[in-house]
Amino acid sequence: MKTPPWAIWLAPVLSGAVFLACWHAVRAATGLQSWILPTPAEIFEAAWREHGTLVRAAGGTAVGALGGFVAATLAGLAIALALGGARWLRTGLYPWLLVLQMTPVIVLAPIIVLWAGPGLPGIVTVTFLISFFPIVVNTTQGLLSTDAHLVDLFHTYDATRLQELWRLRLPSAMPYFLAGLRIAATLAPIGAIFGEYLVGNASGGTGGLGFLVYVYNTQIKIPALFATALISCLLGFIFVAAVSWLNWIVLHRWHDSFERHDR
Amino acid sequence: MSDQPPIVRFRAVSKRFGGGPLVLERITLDVAAGEFVSVIGPSGCGKSTLLRLVAALSPVTEGALAVEGAAPEAARAHLAFVFQEATLLPWLSAAANVELPLRLRGVPAGERQARALALLDLVRLREAAGRHPRQLSGGMKMRVSIARALAREPRILLLDEPFAALDEITRNHLNEELLDWRSKAPFTALFVTHSVAEAAFLSNRIVVMAANPGRFRAEVRVDFPYPRAATLREQPEYFAKVAEVSRLLHAAEEDRAA
Repeated sequence: MKTPPWAIWLAPVLSGAVFLACWHAVRAATGLQSWILPTPAEIFEAAWREHGTLVRAAGGTAVGALGGFVAATLAGLAIALALGGARWLRTGLYPWLLVLQMTPVIVLAPIIVLWAGPGLPGIVTVTFLISFFPIVVNTTQGLLSTDAHLVDLFHTYDATRLQELWRLRLPSAMPYFLAGLRIAATLAPIGAIFGEYLVGNASGGTGGLGFLVYVYNTQIKIPALFATALISCLLGFIFVAAVSWLNWIVLHRWHDSFERHDR
Repeated sequence: MSDQPPIVRFRAVSKRFGGGPLVLERITLDVAAGEFVSVIGPSGCGKSTLLRLVAALSPVTEGALAVEGAAPEAARAHLAFVFQEATLLPWLSAAANVELPLRLRGVPAGERQARALALLDLVRLREAAGRHPRQLSGGMKMRVSIARALAREPRILLLDEPFAALDEITRNHLNEELLDWRSKAPFTALFVTHSVAEAAFLSNRIVVMAANPGRFRAEVRVDFPYPRAATLREQPEYFAKVAEVSRLLHAAEEDRAA
C-alpha cells in the first residue's frame, strides 16, 4: 500500500511530539534541576531570549562553514581531476590522501591554529580539512567509473583526452561528486563550529556558535547551550538542503535516481 | 566485384589478449566498398573482437589488417561503430547525442544542429529530439545511436549485434529501415549478429564462424537484389537461404564440440 502524502508529514511530527512529551515527563519524574536537564519549554524560552546572539553567531558560523566548504569543493574537484586524469599521480598520492583522511582533525587543531592563525582563517582551515576528503574520494571514484562502452565510443571518435575528460568523464562523475558534496555539506557546519570552539575566542573575531558553546558552558547557561545545538542543527539543514537542491538541478532530467516509479 | 581494392582487408589475422588463448585464428577476409557483410557464429567466437580490431579499439596480435589501405587507426575518421547497447550519453538530449561526434570535430553549432535534426528526421524521431535517453524505448535509443553513427558520414559502419536486445517486431522494422537509411547515406557494413534471419535479410554476404579459437568456417552469398522489402521474409528463396546458413552454423557449433 502506498503511504498517503499527509502521513509523510504527520508521522514525524507525531513522533517528535511524543519524544518531547517523554522528555518533559522524565524531567518531572526525576526532579532534576534546569541546569542539568532543562525542559523543552525552557530551551525554547532560552532560544527566544538569546535569539539575537544566536542568530548573529549562526551568521558568523555560516561564513566560516561556507568559506571552508567552497574552498574544499574547488580544491577537491581540481585534485580529483588530476588524480582521475593521471594514473601515476593516483598511484603516488592516493594512499597518502587516505592517511590524511584517517588523521582526526582534532589532533591537528593546535598546529592549524599555529599556522593559519586564530579567527576566521583557522576556522576555514578546519572546515576545509573536514569537508575536503569526501569530495576528492567520491569525485575520483566517479571519474574512474565511466562506462567502458562510452570510453570505447569516444576512442572511435578519436576524441582528445581533454574532450574525453570534459564531455564524458566529468559529466558521468557528477552523481558521485554531488554525493561527496552532500557528505561535505553535513560536515562543513560541524567543522566550523569545532574550529570556533578551538580558536573563536582567541581574537576579536566573530565568535560564532562554537564560541557560544564555550561561553554558555562557562556561564552554566545549559538551556541556552541546548538552544545553540538547535540552531546548529538548523544551519546543517540549510547546508544539506542547498546541496540537495543543486543535486536536483543537475541530475533530475537524466539520472536514474530521479526516475519516477509510478510508470 | 569491382576492381577497387577492398575497404577492409584481413590477412591471416590472429588475436589473443595478453597471455590468454587465441581468440581469433588466421582470419582472412576482404570486404569490398559498398558490401553488406554479416558475421555470424556461436557466443565467444570472437566476432565482436573482429569489429574492435577494425575500429582500432584493440591491436592485431599477428597478421595484417588494413582499413582503406592503411592501418586501422588512420581510417577511424571514416568509420562509425554501433554497439550492442545504444551507448547514449544519459545527460544529453537525443539531438545533442546525435550532435556529439560533430561537436568533437568542431563543426559549428548551427550546422551541427541542422544535421542532427535531419538525421533524427531520417530515423523518424524528430519529435523526440529534446528527450533524454531514459525517456526513450530500447528501439528508439538504438535509432538515435544509429543516427549518431550516421552523423559521422561513415564509409564503413561497424555494427555489433545492435538489435539483439530488441523484440522481434522492432528488430524486423529496424532491419528494413537500416537498409533504407543505407540507400540514402551509403556505407559499407560489417554486421555482427546471432540471428540467421537478420543476416539473411540484410547482407549480400554472410561469414559463418566457429569458436575456440574463433575462425571462419564458411561463407554464403545472398543475392537478393536491394532494395529489399519486408515481403522478402515470405519468399521460399529466403527460407532456403536461412536454412542453408542455419545448417552451416550448426556444423560450426558441432565443430567446437568435437
